Amino acid sequence: MMLPAFLQDFAYAPMLPEIFLSVAAILLLLAGAFGDGKQSTKSGWLAILMLAVTAMLVAAQSDTPTSLFDDAVKFDPFGRFMKLLILAGSAVTILMSFSYLRSTKLLKFEFPVLIMLATVGMMLMASANNLIALYMALEMQSLTLYVLAAFRRDTTASSEAGLKYFILGALSSGLLLYGCSLIYGFTGTTSFTGIATALAAPEHSVGLTFGLVFVLTGIAFKIAAVPFHMWTPDVYQGAPTPVTAFFAAAPKVAAFALLIRVLQDAFPAASVASEWKQIVMVLSVASMLLGSFAAIMQTNIKRLMAYSSIGHAGYALVGLVSGAPSDSYGISGVMIYLAIYVAMTLGTFACILAMRRDGEFVENISDLSGLARTQPMLAFMLAMLLFSMAGIPPLAGFFAKWYVFLAAIKAELYWLAAIGIVTSVVSAFYYLAIIARMYFAEPAPRFDAMPTSLRFVVGISGIIVLFLFIPLNSLVVAAEAAAKSLF
Amino acid sequence: MTDWPILSTVIFLPLVGVLLILLLRGDGDTAKKNARYIALWTTFVTFAVSLLLWTGFDTSTADFQFREQYSWLGPITYHVGVDGISMLFVILTTFLMPLCILASWRSIETGVKEYMIAFLVLETLMIGVFCALDVVVFYLFFEGGLIPMFIIIGVWGGKRRVYASFKFFLYTLLGSVLMLLAMMTIYIKTGTTDIALLLKQDNAFSAELQTWLWLAFFASFAVKMPMWPVHTWLPDAHVEAPTAGSVILAGVLLKMGGYGFLRFSIPMFPEASAELAPLVFGLSVVAIIYTSLVAFAQEDIKKLIAYSSVAHMGFVTMGAFTFTVQGVQGSVFQMLSHGIVSGALFLAVGVIYDRMHTREIAAYGGLADRMPVYATVFMVFTMANVGLPGTSGFLGEFLTLAGAFQASTWVAFLATTGIILSAAYALWLYRRVIFGKLEKPALANILDLGPREMGIMAPLVILTIGFGIYPKPIMDVTAVSVDKLVADFNKDIAAAKARQASAAKPAEKPKAEKTEAKPEAASAPEQKPETETAKPESAPAPAPASEETPQ
Repeated sequence: MMLPAFLQDFAYAPMLPEIFLSVAAILLLLAGAFGDGKQSTKSGWLAILMLAVTAMLVAAQSDTPTSLFDDAVKFDPFGRFMKLLILAGSAVTILMSFSYLRSTKLLKFEFPVLIMLATVGMMLMASANNLIALYMALEMQSLTLYVLAAFRRDTTASSEAGLKYFILGALSSGLLLYGCSLIYGFTGTTSFTGIATALAAPEHSVGLTFGLVFVLTGIAFKIAAVPFHMWTPDVYQGAPTPVTAFFAAAPKVAAFALLIRVLQDAFPAASVASEWKQIVMVLSVASMLLGSFAAIMQTNIKRLMAYSSIGHAGYALVGLVSGAPSDSYGISGVMIYLAIYVAMTLGTFACILAMRRDGEFVENISDLSGLARTQPMLAFMLAMLLFSMAGIPPLAGFFAKWYVFLAAIKAELYWLAAIGIVTSVVSAFYYLAIIARMYFAEPAPRFDAMPTSLRFVVGISGIIVLFLFIPLNSLVVAAEAAAKSLF
Repeated sequence: MTDWPILSTVIFLPLVGVLLILLLRGDGDTAKKNARYIALWTTFVTFAVSLLLWTGFDTSTADFQFREQYSWLGPITYHVGVDGISMLFVILTTFLMPLCILASWRSIETGVKEYMIAFLVLETLMIGVFCALDVVVFYLFFEGGLIPMFIIIGVWGGKRRVYASFKFFLYTLLGSVLMLLAMMTIYIKTGTTDIALLLKQDNAFSAELQTWLWLAFFASFAVKMPMWPVHTWLPDAHVEAPTAGSVILAGVLLKMGGYGFLRFSIPMFPEASAELAPLVFGLSVVAIIYTSLVAFAQEDIKKLIAYSSVAHMGFVTMGAFTFTVQGVQGSVFQMLSHGIVSGALFLAVGVIYDRMHTREIAAYGGLADRMPVYATVFMVFTMANVGLPGTSGFLGEFLTLAGAFQASTWVAFLATTGIILSAAYALWLYRRVIFGKLEKPALANILDLGPREMGIMAPLVILTIGFGIYPKPIMDVTAVSVDKLVADFNKDIAAAKARQASAAKPAEKPKAEKTEAKPEAASAPEQKPETETAKPESAPAPAPASEETPQ
C-alpha cells in the first residue's frame, strides 16, 4: 500500500501512525469533553476505528529502516511487527471492555482515549532509539496505565491496584532513569548507536554495568519478570478485568520490544552482552519457575493469569538470551511467542469476562465448575486456550514454545531449555486443573448470556489457537524478516 | 493409486465424522443415536480404506510407501508414509476403533456426541503417529493424543477418574517434553526433521550425543510403553477409563512407545542403543517378573489385565533391543497381537461390567453356567494372553525369547519365568470369574453375550486364533523392513567399531604396547551379542571386519 504523494513528502512521514493516533485521541477527548456525557460505546467504536487506521498506516511503512529526530526514534520492520501486535491488542481490549464497562456503569469516553494514549506510548517504546525517547515513551504509557488500573474508583480493590501499580511503577521508572544517567555518564551519549560505538572498545567501566543493571531492572518491572513481579498478582486481580487483559497483552509486547531494542542496538558488544545475558537468564529462569509453581495454589482466575503471564515472560526471555546479539534466530522466536501469546491471553480474558452470574462478575476458578455441560462451546474454547498455554500440540502455544526453545538449543543452552520445558509441564498442571473443573465437576449455576463482542473475541482467538498451524509459516517468515532488520 | 493421497485420507477421514457430528442439533435420543451411527460408519469406512494400504502394500521393499509430502514450515514438511513396521499399526488402530464405538453403544449415555468426537479425533491422531515421516509431525500427533484421552478418562471414567486423568497426562507429558528437546537437537544438528532422511544418515551424531538423545527419547517411550518403574500411571488410567478408552490405551497408545523405539531409538542412535541395551533388558525383565507378581495381588479385573499389559510390553522392549531379526519381528508381532488380545480382554471385562457395574473379581464366579459363550470367548483371550501355542500371543513371546536367547541366556531365562507367572495369574483369574459355583444372587439372572457383543468379539477371536496358526500375512509385511532395520544396525555398529579402532591405533602406536589391549577389552562385551546376531542373519561381511580391525 502506497501513501498519497503529499504524505510521502511530509518530513515526519515515518511517524505518521503515531501522529495520527495522538491527534485522534485528543480529538476524541475533546469530543467527549464537549459531549452530552451519556454512557455509550460510540467513542469505543471510534477508537477501534482509529486504531485500525493506524494499523494500516503502520503496515504501509517501508521495509528500509528510517530514523527521525536525530536518530531518537527508529522505524524498521521489527518495530512494525511489534506495533501491529500492540495495536491489535489495544483494539481487541476496547472491544472486550464494552460489556464489562456497561454493567459496571463505567462506559465513559475516557476509557478508550486512555487506551489510545497508552498505545501511542507503546508504539514509541517499540521505536525508541535513544535513552530519552525510551524514558518518555515508557512514562507516557505508564501514566495512562496507572489511571486505567484505578478506573473503577468505587471499589477499593481497583484503587488499591492503581496505587500499588503507581508506587512500584514510579520506583521502577526511577531506577530506569538512574540507570540511563549512569550510562550517559560513562559513554557520553544517549543515543543507542552512540552507546554501541562507545562500547566497541574492549574495556568498559563497572559504572556502565551498573547503569545497565538499573535499566534492565526498570524494564523487568514492566514485563513482570521475577524478581520484579510483585505488583503483578495484586494489580491483575484488583484492576477491572478488561484493563487486566490489556496489561497482560499490549504493554507486555511493548516492553519486550523496548528490551530487545535496547539490548540489541545499544549493548551488542560482546563484553557487555555476556553480562546482560547472565542477568536476563536469571530473570528468565526465575520467572519460569515462579510462574509455574506459584500459580498452582491460586483460586482466583485473574491472579492465576498473573502468574501465568509471569511464566510466559520467562519463556519469551529464553528466546532473547538464545540468539542476541549475534543471531536473529532467538529474537524471531520471541516475536512469534509474543504474537501467539497475545492471541491466547486476550482469548482467555474474553472467557473470564464472560464469567458473569446474575449481573455480577465472578472470578473464582470454582465458578467454572461443570461449564462443559452448561455452556459447552465456551468451555471448549477456554479448554483449547488453556491447553495451548500449556504448550500442547498442535495448538498455537506449542509452536510458540517450539521456536524459543529451538533457539535455546541452537545456542547450546540445553539446561535453559530443559528448565523451560520442565516448568511448562508443571504449569500444565494448573491449566489442567481448570479444564478438569470445567469438564469433570458437577455444574455450577449457568453464567449469563455472553455478549456478541465477547463471542467474537473468543471465537477468533479460539480459531487462531486451533488452526494456526496451517498458515503458521507466514507468521514465522514475517517474524524472521522483521528480526533480521535489527542486525 | 499414487495420485490419490490414500494415507492422508485414512488419517483425516475420522475428522469428517467429527464435522458431521458437530452438525447434529439437539441432545435428544435421536441425536445420540445419530452420533453413534455416524461414529460407527466413519470408523468402519476408515477401516475399509485402510485395508487398501494392506492390499496395495509392496512387501518386497523396505522403503516408505504411500508417501506424501507437502511443504509446511520451511525444512519441516508434512511428510507421511508407511513401511513394514508401521503399516500394520495403522490397520490395528482402524480395526479396533469400530469395536470401541460398538462397545460404547449402550454404556455411554451422557455426552454421547462429545464422546464420539473425542474418539474420532483420537483416531486421527493415533493413525498420524504411525504414518508421520517428519519428527515434528510425529510429535504433534503423539502429544496431541493426550487431549482427547484426558477428556475421555476424566469425563466418562470411574470414581477416581480425575486423579487418573491427571496422572496419565502429566506422566506422559513429562516424558514427551524431553523427547521434544532431543528432536530440537536433531533438527539443529542435522538441519532436517525428515525421518526418511534421518534414517539414511549414518553417524549423524557422535557417540556421546547419541547417548543423550537416546535417553531423552527413552524417557518418552518408556513412559508410554510403559516400562517399569514409570508404569504406575497405567493401572490407574486403565481402571478408571471407560471400556473403550482402556481398549485404545492398551491396544494402540502403548504401542506408540514400542513403535518409537523401532522407528527412532534403534535406527537413529545405534551405538547408544547397543550400549544401553543391558539397561533395557534389565528393566524389561523386572517388568515381566515384578508386574506379573503384582498382577497376582489384584482384586480388580481391569487392574490385573493392566499389570499383565506392562509385563507383555516387557517382552516387546526385550525383543526390540536384542537387535536380532527374530527379536524385532517378535516384538512387532507381540505388539500387534497384544493390541488385539488385550483390547479383547478389556472388551470382555466391559461386557460383565456393563451388566454388574463392578470389576471386583470377588463379585463374580461361576459365570460358565449362565454365560457359556462368554466363558469360551474369555477362555480364548486368556489363553492368548498366557501365550498358548496356536494363539497369536505365543508367536510374539516365542520370537522375542528366541531373540533374547541369542543376546543373553540369562535374560531369556528370567523372561521365561514371566510366562509361567502369567499363566498362573491369568488362569487363576479365569477360575475365579468363570468357574466355581454360581453362588452370588446378583449373578443369577446374568445374560450371555447379545448379538452386538458377539459382533464385537467374533472378529477378535478369529484374528487371535487365525494369526496364531497362520501368521504369514503379518510376517510378510514386516519381514523386509525388520531385516533392513537389523542389517543397518549391524552395519552402523561395525562402522562405529572400525572408527574407534582406527582412531585408537595411530594414537597408541608410539606409546607402550600395553595400552593396545584396552579398546579391545572395552568393546568385547558389546561385540558378543553383535557377532551372534550376524550368524543367523547371513550378513557376514561387516561383523568379521569389526573383529579384525583392532588387532
